[in-house]
Amino acid sequence: MRSLFRFHGGVKPATNKAASTSEPIVKAPLPRRLVVPLHQSIGGTPHPLVRAGQRVLKGELIGAADGNVSSAVHAPTSGLVTAVEPALMAHPSGLTMLSVIIEPDGEERWAELDRLNYKSTPPDELRDFVRDAGIVGLGGAVFPTHLKMNPGREGRTRTLVLNGAECEPFITCDDMLMRERAAGIVKGTAILRHLLQADEVLIGIEDNKPEAVAAMQTAVRAEGESMEVVAIPTRYPAGGAKQLIRVLTGIEVPHGRRSTDFGVQCFNVGTAYAVFEALTCGHPLISRIVTVAGNVDRPRNYEVLIGTPMSDVVRLSGQRTDTTRYLMGGPMMGMRMPGFDVPVVKATNCILVASDALFPPPPPEQACIRCGECAHACPADLQPFELYWFSRAKNFGKAQEYHLFDCIECGCCAYVCPSHIPLVDYYRFSKSEIWARERDKSASDQARERFEFRNFRQEREKEEKAAKLAAKAAETRAKLATEPAVDGAAATPAADAAEDPKKALIAAALARAQAQRAAAQPKNTENLSAETQAEIAQIEARRRTAGSAPAADPAPAGTAASAPDTQP
Amino acid sequence: MIHSPYIRKPASVQRVMGTVLVALLPGLAAYVWQFGAGILVNLALGSVAAIAIEALVMRLRKRPVALAVGDLSAVVTAWLVVLSIPPIVPWWITLLAVIISIGAAKHLYGGLGQNPFNPAMVAFCALIVAYPALMSQWPGAGQLDFAAQLDLILGGARQPDGITAATALDALRTGMRSGASVGTVFSGNSAFGMAGGRGWEWVAAGYALGGLILLGTRVITWHLPAAFIAMLAVVSGLFWLIDPTQHASPLFHLASGGAMLAAFFIVTDPVSGATTPRGKLIFAAGIALIAWLIRSFGAYPDGIAFGVLLMNICVPLIDMKTQPPVFGHRGGHS
Ligand code: SF4
Ligand code: SF4
Repeated sequence: MRSLFRFHGGVKPATNKAASTSEPIVKAPLPRRLVVPLHQSIGGTPHPLVRAGQRVLKGELIGAADGNVSSAVHAPTSGLVTAVEPALMAHPSGLTMLSVIIEPDGEERWAELDRLNYKSTPPDELRDFVRDAGIVGLGGAVFPTHLKMNPGREGRTRTLVLNGAECEPFITCDDMLMRERAAGIVKGTAILRHLLQADEVLIGIEDNKPEAVAAMQTAVRAEGESMEVVAIPTRYPAGGAKQLIRVLTGIEVPHGRRSTDFGVQCFNVGTAYAVFEALTCGHPLISRIVTVAGNVDRPRNYEVLIGTPMSDVVRLSGQRTDTTRYLMGGPMMGMRMPGFDVPVVKATNCILVASDALFPPPPPEQACIRCGECAHACPADLQPFELYWFSRAKNFGKAQEYHLFDCIECGCCAYVCPSHIPLVDYYRFSKSEIWARERDKSASDQARERFEFRNFRQEREKEEKAAKLAAKAAETRAKLATEPAVDGAAATPAADAAEDPKKALIAAALARAQAQRAAAQPKNTENLSAETQAEIAQIEARRRTAGSAPAADPAPAGTAASAPDTQP
Repeated sequence: MIHSPYIRKPASVQRVMGTVLVALLPGLAAYVWQFGAGILVNLALGSVAAIAIEALVMRLRKRPVALAVGDLSAVVTAWLVVLSIPPIVPWWITLLAVIISIGAAKHLYGGLGQNPFNPAMVAFCALIVAYPALMSQWPGAGQLDFAAQLDLILGGARQPDGITAATALDALRTGMRSGASVGTVFSGNSAFGMAGGRGWEWVAAGYALGGLILLGTRVITWHLPAAFIAMLAVVSGLFWLIDPTQHASPLFHLASGGAMLAAFFIVTDPVSGATTPRGKLIFAAGIALIAWLIRSFGAYPDGIAFGVLLMNICVPLIDMKTQPPVFGHRGGHS
């Protein structure tokens, strides 16, 4: 037995997982309409590659990753793109986001698929492949997976942690995936291990999922891999990446640091499976396992195409009539959906169907009695009530000093608080206030920087000009010293120069500056027609041949005034 | 239900306070058994007054009355203050105690959760300064029957020497002042029982039992009572070892006066106490030290209440200086 570590705090809410694990995963039928948001990962929003009226094939790229911190999006089935337009997001904000609307043709015709042999492919290519397969963290964080497929600084990783803990109540998609598709997960993990150059692989599963533990152990043996399946104590939030890493390795990854700096990397089991599917079958990420639970008659897990309206999936489980809303995720950290028909996205691990009976509104908020229950439950070792007092008092500086940003918003504190204080709401409020202030500050910082930079640039240009002028003058002086005046225009300065080299210098500088100024003068001619432009060109050519243009210009006075300024 | 989490543990302030009241019952039972039912009269009076004052103040402050009264915190405060003062004080002392603790010490600072001082101890200190005589008339075990106690509570005439015996702490102090040794003081006075004051050992045992209930139900953590008891035992034990004729034993200190009530019910007041694990240890140990100093060298027979108030002042500092390390900021990996 591996000796495990403890993380502080945590809670043990009723798990409510039995109901949705009694039946195997089943494919949800093709919906009439798919709404595929382009932005489904942390990072840049992919550009749409399709237009309304265009036919797409299953697995065809419809949104290309925007830079490296982004992830591609694909057509979940074959059909017709009816629109590329903003649609309601699966997010409590109720905002819309550019989405590709697809009407399936029912033929499920695959696009040409690319497979890769990971052993013979260079790592960079593998990472690009995973990015272009649209693979993101399926535990809910949707961080682009290819960005994590890097060994740390030392070129290797000590421990690859596979997260099968699934600690939130009601959610069972990872549990079912491990029970039914353990071999694929193990194969995907082997790929990740190869990329990370990981010494050991630990697969952490909460001990309330004995079937999953057994299935994974069998698969590891069958695949002949040296990976260790570890049953960990059931305690929310053991499935938080940092908590799981702590439990399995004893390492605590501080806020703002990457686990690779500590030789550890963590992936969700679903992500490993997606990597396997992408490399060995060529299937990009176009579907995922979704738990439907809560206020339904038959809770169950479905394999759902990304973009399927949530209500279509819930209907399969028999939504009860007193349903008030859907939550995406579990009851501890889930997000309230702004409507019933928002699409299933890559982050949708669970559609939790809510009613007032199932999740009653909290009793009225009472005063904090400083009982410390929240601190006792906080897995980040914070003093939540202090954060609450500071947030309430809008004392954001103090809140930050007490590590507000180490809060992972797990909800344990609010879960146990006898005064029913919606503590996490206070933290979210404080964090957003602080962010807003920092944005304001950095905006004004930027303005200041821009201003300062402009001054700096002007200053620098002046200096450069002066340096050039000086060089030019020296040259002129040398010329003047050796040969007599060539033409009338230069005669006077030259004559003067003979007596006073400094005057000559200035005159030469003037001439030079005039020439520069003429060259730099903006021409408001860009938007003119070709004919007019030709005309202007002709006129200018004439002027140049006349040779009078610069001299006739009254501007030199100004230039002359500024020229001495620049001299040291 | 606007944001996560959408589920909550079935916990409430009412449940916490209710548990405290239940945990007081063993001690209370021993109290009644040893000293008669007079305490129940003051307890009832105090409870009713507490509810009335809480309701009145909340009304004046235009806050929800039912919620505040329903959380039982006022009743807990009333019980604690009544159990801290002699059981036969006249009714108006009880009333005054409740008014000071709830009306002033709690609500003047903003109500539940806001008071920097332990309300029960504020009332106790105010009264012992204002009415030192009434506040030090404690009946001996089995000394007064219920009718006599009731008479005193309702304002009957008092002949102090006739109705009360000196408490053990009192007797010890007077004895020591007159130059006797601890041994002779103990053997010559019926106020002393097996461990502490006669009869009081049972009450102390009852409170300790109640304390176990609080620990078992996780209403309190071990830090506060453990530090309080340990400090009192260590400091009194040290002096007792040096000179047992001049200093009472640790057992005596722990079983006398309000030590057990304080250890499990008074220093554990969450609102006015330290909150961090290390802070709790410092806070409770500080109270015990001050209490022992006052018992041994001060002007009052018991010093727990003053110790609590003094340490209350230090709470913000203690909490600030003892913030536990945050996840990932621990330095080493433990
Ligand atoms: S659990 Fe609630 S009442 Fe208790 S200290 Fe924390 S915030 Fe205050
Ligand atoms: S939500 Fe934040 S403060 Fe509350 S328990 Fe979780 S990490 Fe701690």
